[in-house]
Formats: sequence, C-alpha cells, structure tokens
Amino acid sequence: MSALPADFLEKLRRLLPQDGLLTAPEDLAPYECDALSAYRRRPPAVALPRTEEEISAILNLCRMHNVPVVARGHGTGLSGGALPIEGALLLTLARLNRILMIDPLARTARVQPGVRNLAISQAAAPYGLYYAPDPSSQIACSIGGNVAENSGGLHCLKYGLTVHNILEVRAITIDGDIITLGSRAFDAPGYDLLALITGSEGMLAVIVEITVRLLPKPERAQVLLAAFDSIANAGVAVGQIIAAGIIPAAMEMMDKLSIQAAEDYVHAGYPVGAEALLLVEVDGVNEEVSDGLRVVYEVVKACGATEVRTALDEAERTRFWAGRKAAFPAIGRISPDYYCMDGTIPRGRLPEVLVRIAELSEEYGLPVANVFHAGDGNLHPLILYDANKPGELEKTEEMGGKILETCIAVGGTITGEHGVGVEKLNQMCVQFSSAELEVFHALKAAFDPPGLLNPGKAVPSLHRCAELGAMHVHHGQLPHPELPRF
Amino acid sequence: MNIHDQWLAATGERVLQARAEKRKLSIRGSGSKGFYGNVVDADTLDVAEYAGVVDYQPRELTLTARAGTRLEVIEALLAKNNQMLPFEPPHFGADATLGGCVSTGLSGPRRPYAGAVRDAVLGTKVLDGRAQVLRFGGQVIKNVAGYDVSRLMVGAMGTLGVLLEVSVKVLPCPESECTLMLEMPADRAVEIMNLWAASPVPLSATAWRAGHLYVRLSGTESAVQAAMQKIGGAKIPDGPAFWQALREQTMPDLAMRPLWRLSMPTAAKAFTALGQPVIEWGGGVRWYGTDMPADTLRALAKQAGGHVTLFRSHQPITQAFTPLPEPLAALHQRIRLALDPHGVFDTGRM
Repeated sequence: MSALPADFLEKLRRLLPQDGLLTAPEDLAPYECDALSAYRRRPPAVALPRTEEEISAILNLCRMHNVPVVARGHGTGLSGGALPIEGALLLTLARLNRILMIDPLARTARVQPGVRNLAISQAAAPYGLYYAPDPSSQIACSIGGNVAENSGGLHCLKYGLTVHNILEVRAITIDGDIITLGSRAFDAPGYDLLALITGSEGMLAVIVEITVRLLPKPERAQVLLAAFDSIANAGVAVGQIIAAGIIPAAMEMMDKLSIQAAEDYVHAGYPVGAEALLLVEVDGVNEEVSDGLRVVYEVVKACGATEVRTALDEAERTRFWAGRKAAFPAIGRISPDYYCMDGTIPRGRLPEVLVRIAELSEEYGLPVANVFHAGDGNLHPLILYDANKPGELEKTEEMGGKILETCIAVGGTITGEHGVGVEKLNQMCVQFSSAELEVFHALKAAFDPPGLLNPGKAVPSLHRCAELGAMHVHHGQLPHPELPRF
Repeated sequence: MNIHDQWLAATGERVLQARAEKRKLSIRGSGSKGFYGNVVDADTLDVAEYAGVVDYQPRELTLTARAGTRLEVIEALLAKNNQMLPFEPPHFGADATLGGCVSTGLSGPRRPYAGAVRDAVLGTKVLDGRAQVLRFGGQVIKNVAGYDVSRLMVGAMGTLGVLLEVSVKVLPCPESECTLMLEMPADRAVEIMNLWAASPVPLSATAWRAGHLYVRLSGTESAVQAAMQKIGGAKIPDGPAFWQALREQTMPDLAMRPLWRLSMPTAAKAFTALGQPVIEWGGGVRWYGTDMPADTLRALAKQAGGHVTLFRSHQPITQAFTPLPEPLAALHQRIRLALDPHGVFDTGRM
C-alpha cells in the first residue's frame, strides 16, 4: 500500500468523528478484499462516514488532493469492484444503514445504501410487500452495492434485475454535488441516468440513498423438481416451458457434480444419479399456480424427465431450494478452492456451451460444476482448483477467461450479474470494440472529470486491450466465422 | 453489399457531412410522434428504410429488429407466436416504427404492471456522431458488462445518435383478459388502484375517466375469473377498444389542447382543481387539458414528487419537458458530448 499524503489524512481526520477513520494495519485488514478473495490489497485508510454531508466533504477533499476513492458496501461483491486501489481512500457506506421510509400504499421504500437487501423485505413484510431482487448473498449484501452492480438473483426472468426495481437514486459526484436520478414517478425528465448509474460499479458517483419499488407477495409459490438423464433433455425442457407460455418465477438447473455435492451437504432429497436437475418455481394467484404447475409437469414429462416431484408444503419447497442455494458452499466442501464464472448465454445454446466447458475442463485438468439460472440464461460454472498448488490459480483464470469468450461467441455476455470489477477486464476487450470502450470512458469522464472514482475498474484501458491482443468477438461474429473454434 | 449495408454506409456519410457543415440532423421514422418534444430546426434523417426483423427467438423471449421496422409488423409477428411487446406501445400512426417507439420511450397501459420500453430493451446498435457503429447490451436478459448505454438511448429523442437496431424482451400473451368498470370519484379511484397493486391481483391496466374506474385483468382463465369475483363492477363488452382508444389518445377526453401529461408518484392526490383528468398507470400518469401556465403546473407536480410534459398543443412547443436543475443539466450536456462530440444530433428536441 502506498501512503496517502499526510496533509490529506490530517484534514480527513478533522472531517470525521474519531471512529470514522481507520489507519491502523489491524483495522484495515478486513477491507483488503471483497468476496473475490483471490485479489487482495491493503487500503492505506478507510473512511466510515455516517452522513451525506460527511461524504460530500470527503469527496471534495479527495478532489482537491487528487486522491482516488473506492466506494464499498458490505464487501460481498464477486468481481473485485470494491478491491482497494493503490493510493486510494476506501470509502465504506456501511454506516448509512437506515430504512428511512416505507410507504405501503405507494409500495416504495426509501433506504440508505448500507441497508442489507434482505432487511428491506423484512421491513416490508408486515404490509404483505417485498423487494424482488434476491442475490444469493441477500442476508449480507447492501442495497447500495446491489445498485452499483445491478445485482440479480434467482427470480430475474419474471421480476428483473436491480435496474427494474428501483425508482430513484440520490448520489454525490466527485464535485461534492448531490444529484437525484430517476424519480418517485414512473419516469423523469432528461436521459435515463438511473439506468446508467445502475451497474456502474462505483465509477460515476457515490450512491447515498435509494428508493426501491416493493411488490405484493405472491399469493402462492410452488416448486417442481425434475430429474433428467441428460443435460440436453433438461435444456430442451427449459425452452419448451417458455414456449408453452409459462414465465416461471425461477428456473434453475444443476449438473451431476453440483447435485451430488449439494445433496451430500444439505440432504435436500435430490436424485443423486441424475445427470441434470431442473427446479421450476411458479408463483401468482392460487388458480394460476395450479394451472402453471400442470403445464410444467406435462412439459418436463414429455421432455423425458426421469423423475418429477412437486413440493407438497412450504417445508419441502424450502428444502428443494436449500440444495440449490447451498450449491456454492457445497462445492467448497469437495474442493480446496473454486472459481465462479458468471457468463450469460441464449438459453438455446446451453448444450453446446456445456460441451465446450467439459472440453476445457479436460484440457486444463480442472473439474467444473455447473449451476445455471436457466430461466435467464445466466451460467455459473464453478472451476474447482487448489490455490496452494503453484500456478493453479493462474491456470484457472485462464480457463475461466476461455469460458467467458465462449459465452460471447454464442451471442452472450461475460457477466450476467457479478460485474466486471478487476476480474473480467481482459474479457471486456473481447466483448467490446475500442470505439465502444471509448464511449464508456467518455461517459465516466462526463460524471467524474478527474477520474478519481474507482479508477481502472470495470472498463479496461485501450492500452491494456492492445497489449493483450485480444480478439474482439462481436456478438457471435468471429473475424473468420468459417474456422471451427470448438 | 446488401441494401442495409448500403443504407448504413450512406447514412454514415450523411452524418460526417453534417458534422463537417455544422448542420444538425433530426431523426425520423414515420413521423407518427413528430408532435412530441420541442420543435426543431434541423435536416431530417429518415430511417424508415432501415427496416426488418433481424432475429426472433420465441423460446429466448427476444426479438431484434432494425429501427425502421414498423411496430405493426413486429406485433403481428409476435402475435403469430402468441407473444407480445410487454410495454404495449402507443403507435400514434399506422406506420409507427420501433426506433421511434424506443427513442421517445413512450409506453402504454400495461407499463405499471409489466414494465416500460426501457425495461424491455436488452441491447442496441447505434450510429454515433462520429459515424461509428457501436453495440451495447445484447440479446440476453441478464447482462452487466459495460455501462447501460442501451437504456440511455431510450427516451433520448434521437439526441445521442441514430438507433440502428434494438433487441427487446418479449412476453407470452395472457391466456385470458377482461375489463371491468366501477363507478367512483377520482381520488377514490387513485387510492383503490394503489391498494389493488399492493395485493396479489393480476392487474394489467388501470384508468379513470368521467367518473369511472376501468380495470383490466390478465392471466390464466381461472386467475382472471377469481379476480373478477374479488373486484366486482361490470364487465365492459369491448375492453380492447377502450384500452386502444386510451393508448392511442383517440378518446374524446384526450382531444383537449394543450394536453399536459403529469407523471406522478402513483399515490399522489388527484388535483381536481385543474379540471377533470384522465388518469392511468395506476395513478402514475394524469392527463389534463388546461390553459394554466406551465410554471404553475410544474410547481404543482414538483411538490407532489412528479414532473410535467406539454404533450400536445395547437401551438409549436418550445419547452415540452420540465427543465433540469443544475448540476444535472450540465451533466446531461457532458453526457451528450460523450456520444456526439460535434453536436450533430443536438437538435434541442428535449
């Protein structure tokens, strides 16, 4: 870590209450990384403001001293978005943790960025309402971080991502100005800056308040489990369910290794011999759920499901989901380390992408477990490796990069919900052309002219892409489409 | 070179020429929404020729089409597969295009319950002010790589560049739909729209006009039947015609000029002092025909957390939208320059 200028630190100390600034090494250690713990760096100092005024003053000071700033929520991000930067102040928003207002009639909640995702739904529950996006880290992750990453979850096909579920954001620019993006109405005058700041990974402004949309809890939600003796059949079933006019609340697929690991871990009652498992949740009013489940049952049977079960009660539904939700830690039990990828593909391309992943797995000698948000095409291959073996992390990253490039080649994207952060910068060079990356840089400069907010994350420099010599694969259009790639 | 590549090359030349001659280009599909926004003094760049569905995958729930593709063509294609555009866009003319729909960002009656145009847009291909062809987003529902420039283009009124292609998420058509009518005053209707939206009722549109609340229910036959029992009121014989007249503004209540659109938090009180409104979007949009000064209306809306648009007028419109406060206005200017540094598309339409 390189030190911050002494006069800057002195002024910062005067801005904040005594417990508002951390500089002792033992206090800084917890801030070395987010949930992508393969990347670590000790921040030179951590500021913990409690108010918008303090944040404004901190940003002003950073601008005057030309000190970069990395904003952080609860540090659960999976792409290193909150990884400290050399010589940058780490600004944690965890202390802005109040739910300011819940309006049950208008179905909105106004919250500070440090409020946990699940806490919003808990506070809304007495009114029969909830906040829809449910990333798997929802007990711990902050809503501010969710906005910065445009977080998803299990229910995106039907209920959307963060960008579809927020109305208004208050943010502070590097100039210390407070801006309001979006509105409490359905739209706002001017450009859709609410969409632009959502998923901007802390690079445009610091989010200090969010108004989220709340939804009525569905009258009923029921989950159906279907086992298949081939991944391809399960993939066909996913397409057929959609073709039958059903929009499931959630539709998840697991492969054999994931099923086995999850079953050993939480005993969800999964059929362990199966090659693929499909979990389909249908929600809505009572009658709609009965009709929907009947259709789903017929479709999966027709697609060759070897076993179909419907959760009979809430306890069984919870158990069915427990296996899926525990898939990552379950893999963590059978491998010293695992590396989680986050590509999205058109659902119909799943079989060929899985074949390619299996080939890569063999080529690199690293096992892969596949967990798939089948409803929205978001694939989470987990590469199993051992960080203690020299060179294995590098090998894993290289293989992960190839998986992401495969996703781009079939018309998908390198990240569905985890963000680019520091992790997928190289693959950004593959997904976007120089001209497109330049637009991203120009947009950042429009918000943050001195370039002090989380610099170097999310959008690679053109220099980096040139050095990498990455082949820009545009939406499936390879430079030489006649050549077989996999 | 096929006709689309030829068009694109010629249009790129046109942009570069405009840049060299310091002229501005106003982008036009069919002109069906030419009334919307501020009047502009610029050369017209027609994009209607750049038409055609590029890709439609019913099982992926995605459709990609060139900007000049007529909405009618898209909707007919979707209907064959029992699918629809979730945002139920107003056409305001038989030849309305996808590009015009996305550029104006206008959504129809289903918006509060199924999302707006911007919610359905997954990706765009754009010609920027340097005549570069750029792609943002994609054809998948979940995608967080790069800033969301696709959604930035929605409602930008052609001031950031030329939309060439748009990918949108589509949805299956509901199995059954029915429209109910209940008699009640405006403020009670606003309250009830909000109360129903907070409970598991399969709403797909709500409106109030002339003393009556109209409610459309959509879903499986059984779900719609159950909700009808819950809500009560009288089933109107031609529901689709009612919602179409509201969406296309052909009902006499919306013939008033000037016509103001107040976009409000859904639960805001009904401003009866402004005259009889038409209310839609669960209370989120209220239409008024009034001669009251713009400033008065803007102040009123602002106080309630909303904003005002002068939607239609017999006079040329010079200030359609609520002006942005500083520092937001300066930020908008910088964002515009990021995509169009020479101001080719800086027509002042918004």
